[in-house]
Amino acid sequence: MTLTAAVAAASTTAPSAEGHGFLSPTGVEVAFLLVGLLTFGAALVTVTTRQLVHAALWLVVALGGLAVEYLLLSAEFIAWVQVLIYVGSVVVLLLFGLMLTKAPIGRSPDADSGNRWVALIVAVAAAATLVWVVADAFRATWIDLDGAPAGSTEVTGESLFRNWVLPFEGLSVLLLAALVGAIVLSRKAKEEPSPPPVNSHAGAGSSPSVPDSRNHPIEQEGAL
Amino acid sequence: MNDALDVALRLLVVFVVFLTFPLIVGQTEHKVMAHMQGRLGPMYAGGFHGWAQLVADGVKFAQKEDVVPAGADRRIFQLAPAVALLPYLLVLLAIPIGPGEGAVGEVIDAGIFFVLAVMGVGVLGSLMAGWASANKFSLLGGLRTAAQLLAYELPMLLAAASVAMAAGTVSLPGILDAFEWWWLPWQIVGAVVFFVAGLAELQRPPFDMPVADSEIIFGAYTEYTGLRFALFLLAEYAGIIVLCGLTTVLFLGGWHGPWGADGLGWVWTLLKTAVLAFVVIWLRVTYPRLREDQLQKLSWTLLVPLSLVQIALTGIVKVVIR
Repeated sequence: MTLTAAVAAASTTAPSAEGHGFLSPTGVEVAFLLVGLLTFGAALVTVTTRQLVHAALWLVVALGGLAVEYLLLSAEFIAWVQVLIYVGSVVVLLLFGLMLTKAPIGRSPDADSGNRWVALIVAVAAAATLVWVVADAFRATWIDLDGAPAGSTEVTGESLFRNWVLPFEGLSVLLLAALVGAIVLSRKAKEEPSPPPVNSHAGAGSSPSVPDSRNHPIEQEGAL
Repeated sequence: MNDALDVALRLLVVFVVFLTFPLIVGQTEHKVMAHMQGRLGPMYAGGFHGWAQLVADGVKFAQKEDVVPAGADRRIFQLAPAVALLPYLLVLLAIPIGPGEGAVGEVIDAGIFFVLAVMGVGVLGSLMAGWASANKFSLLGGLRTAAQLLAYELPMLLAAASVAMAAGTVSLPGILDAFEWWWLPWQIVGAVVFFVAGLAELQRPPFDMPVADSEIIFGAYTEYTGLRFALFLLAEYAGIIVLCGLTTVLFLGGWHGPWGADGLGWVWTLLKTAVLAFVVIWLRVTYPRLREDQLQKLSWTLLVPLSLVQIALTGIVKVVIR
C-alpha cells in the first residue's frame, strides 16, 4: 500500500514541463491536478484508516483515480486495463481475503504497524525516486491532446509489439513462473497429513476461527 | 450547442432503455416461467395479463421502510446498491445497436476492455453489501460472489479476446463492421463460454449459489429492504440486458441480418438480444442450482480450456486466411 501512495504522489507532480503555459493551465491540466490530489488523498486514507475494509474501498478510489489520470493523458487502453485488473480483480481478491480473515465492522485496534515510520521512509524515498526519474526522462515531452490520441489501443499495441516485445515476453515468462510456483506451493501444503473434516470439499477450512474478536462468527468448514 | 443537445439526447435514450428494458425482461420472466411451469403468472395488475405487475412491485418497494441494521456499516451499506447498479448503465452507453456512429451512445476506442472492466466493478457492490450488513448469511453470500467472479472473469475475457483477434480491433462498432456470417460457426465455442461465464457473473440460475435462498436466505442482499433492494434486483435485470446485448454484438453479428441491414439494423440487434434474454429465463427454469465446487470446477476445468482452444483456433484461422 505504500507503493500506491508513492505512485499517487508521483502522478500528482507529473505536468511540470517548461514552455507550455505553466502559469496559464488548460482545463485538462487543472482536471489532471485535481484528480491527482483526490487520488493522493484516497491513497493517504487507505494507509492511515483503522477500518480494514474501508482501506480496501479507498484503494478502489485511488486506483480509479489513476485510471482517470490515464484517460486524461489520452491513454484510453491503459486506463481500462487498469480498471479491469486492479479494481475488478485485485481489489476483489483483497476483499475476499479480508472477509475470510478478520474484518470487523468499525475500528480494528490492532490495525497499526510498528513499522510505519520505516514504511513512510521507504514510501517517500520511492516517491522521490519515481518523481525524479519521470521528471528527468520526460522533461521536455508534451502530449498533444488535440491531435490523434497518442495512447489509443492501436498506438499502444504497435509500440508494445514492435519496440518492447522482449521485455513483454520476459514479463510473461516471469508471470508464468509465478503461476507455476503458486500451484506447486499450494499442492505441497495439501500433502501434509492433516485429517480433513468430513463435510469439507474444498481447502477453505484451514485457518482457525476466532469468534470472540470479530463481528462475523462464521464456521468456515464447508461453508464456502 | 447542437453537440450538447445530441449528447443529451443520447444519454436520455440510453437512460430510458436502462429503466424500461430490465422491467420488460422481468415481466417476461414472470410470464414465461409461469407458463413453463403450467401456471398463469401475474394476471390482475393493470388488467391485461397482469402487464403492470412490476410497476405495482415498484410502487410497493417505494412504500417500504428503508431499514439499516443497527450493527451495519451504515455508509457502505447505503452506498452498495448504487455501486452495483451504475456500472451497467455505463456499459449500456457503449453497446452499438445499429450501423454507423449514430446508433451507439458513445464510441469508445477500447470498447471490449471498457465493458468488461466496468461490468467487473459492479460485483464490488455485492461485496460491499455482503460485508457491511453485519450478517453471517450476507457475508457468506459476499464470499461466494467474490469466488465466483474470480473464477468466471478469466474465461469471459479470453472468449472476448478471441473475437477481438478475429476482428483485429477492440472497438465494438469496429468488430461489427468486420463481421462476416461465417464467424458464427468459427466463434461458436467462444460464444457459449462468454454467455455461460456472463450468466455466472450475474449470479443467474443455475449459477445463483451466492443468493441461494434455501441455504443463505438471499446472500449479500438479505438485510436490504425497500428501494435499495429493488435497485439490486434492477441491477440483475439490467445485467441480463447488458450480457445479452454484448453476446449479440460480439458473437452474433449485432445489426447484421439476412436482409434489411440498412434501415432495420437495430431491429436485428433487439431481436437477437430478446432471444438471448429468453434463453436466460429458460435456463433458470430448466437447470437446478450448481453446488459451489461444481461451479468452480465448471469454470476452471471446462470453460478456461475451451476458451483457450477457441483462441488457438482463432489464431490458426486468422493466419491461414491472411
